Amino acid sequence: MAAAACAAECGVRVGLVDDNPRLGGQIWRSESSSQQEQETDQQNPDASKWFQRMSASGVTTRCGLRVVHQPESGVLLAENLNGLCELMYEKLVLATGARERFLPFPGWTLPNVMGAGGLQAMVKGGLPIRGKRVIVAGMGPLLLAVAAYLRKHGAEIPLICEQASWGSLAAFSLALFRWPAKIIQAIQLQRDLAGIPFAANTWVLAANGQRTLDSVDILRAGRVENVPCDYLACGFHLVPNVELPSLLGCAVDHGFVRVDDFQNTTVASVFCAGEPTSVGGVELAIIEGQIAGLAAAGHATEAKALFAKRRKARRFSHVLDSAFRLRPELKNLPLPETMVCRCEDVPYSRLQQHTSWRSAKLHTRCGMGPCQGRVCGPATEFLFKWNPDSVRPPVFPARVGTLATLSEQLDLQHSEVMGVK
Amino acid sequence: MLNQLSVTVNGTPVVVPSGATVAVAVVLAGQVCRTSVSGEPRGPLCGMGICFECRVVVDGNPHVRSCQVLCRPGMEVNTEK
Repeated sequence: MAAAACAAECGVRVGLVDDNPRLGGQIWRSESSSQQEQETDQQNPDASKWFQRMSASGVTTRCGLRVVHQPESGVLLAENLNGLCELMYEKLVLATGARERFLPFPGWTLPNVMGAGGLQAMVKGGLPIRGKRVIVAGMGPLLLAVAAYLRKHGAEIPLICEQASWGSLAAFSLALFRWPAKIIQAIQLQRDLAGIPFAANTWVLAANGQRTLDSVDILRAGRVENVPCDYLACGFHLVPNVELPSLLGCAVDHGFVRVDDFQNTTVASVFCAGEPTSVGGVELAIIEGQIAGLAAAGHATEAKALFAKRRKARRFSHVLDSAFRLRPELKNLPLPETMVCRCEDVPYSRLQQHTSWRSAKLHTRCGMGPCQGRVCGPATEFLFKWNPDSVRPPVFPARVGTLATLSEQLDLQHSEVMGVK
Repeated sequence: MLNQLSVTVNGTPVVVPSGATVAVAVVLAGQVCRTSVSGEPRGPLCGMGICFECRVVVDGNPHVRSCQVLCRPGMEVNTEK
């Protein structure tokens, strides 16, 4: 949004395409009822500022449209529920965001076991959570934000389980003092979280239930406890979505898209901003988006003026990295029969026989289902140190009809201009 | 009511808040989204269109990620067997 608004304000023609049904990404996606939208406006002045800038800047927006392929340079193919369209661009800014890292443990495939951000997204999508008992678990600052959000919407949170140690959390809190805005957020969060028990060095061993979740077993300070609950919101920090940048040929280093000072990837005319370049939160993403949008519109001087701000925000991502590391004990959570690949139902025991992602894929179909390894890829990277293979089109599952039209002339009436013209 | 709408899930009517995703309609209907290849019930995991666990049939379109689609009045949703 920041990239689109900044570029459009420079007077160039901009189209914004979002896979989500509503604008705003995972953090700012507006909530389902109008009352909650007002609440968002009141409580998040940054969000409303950008929503206003977006609508004033004349950006054409298309939501619920998913890019699946780039048949040729400067042309993207996208699908929605009703069909497909071709998106032509001269400059492209990729802001594909991040997803949660999921780690397998017994029972993690039960309905009502979701990601932390996953459950939050469901509640934003209208899921009633009032009066439900929710265990929030995993790793990272997202857990606190999710717990605060769920409680505000009426959920009961018996416990937040953070796998990191008190030591690394203390170091993280101390480091926060370099970011006054984060301190204010932290104080606000602490107020929202008052009374919710928080346990470090604590993680979920298993989720229990027959057809749906009824309790979780947690390991807290070396002791196993059983906690009844309606939902488990469990995620282990974030993994950048680099599949589309990779498909477009952008170089990826250690899981992150390589960009220069102007957020330009290694592919000319393709920029990237936000979590795919480094997981640093919404502030960094907005600054990167502004730089990318300005640079794509040819306003390098204005972009340069934001470099110092970005440098400061990037340091936060290093602090996050050092505070939140996965502990090795989590590698022992899956039982032999625990599914690791949820799409193809490949259990842990079948994967143990393999030495690489490629070998596991070829022999077990791990990572070959509809998510294309987006869930089990990061999990097996942690469990077995496997590295994913190259990305191939389509980057998301696409209808055969969409692929069949690749070589045909497309209906230009449905096409939109994306990026900067 | 203006701020609610009705869809069907596996033929049964469900009232959802307007603006709700199809995934929410499936949960409110007490259904799971799909049955895995080995027969396990599955519901939404990521909530953001990545994991494909919440895929359902919407108005005859198979493999629709229910967390990424908003309910429209009269929409026919069927879970994947």
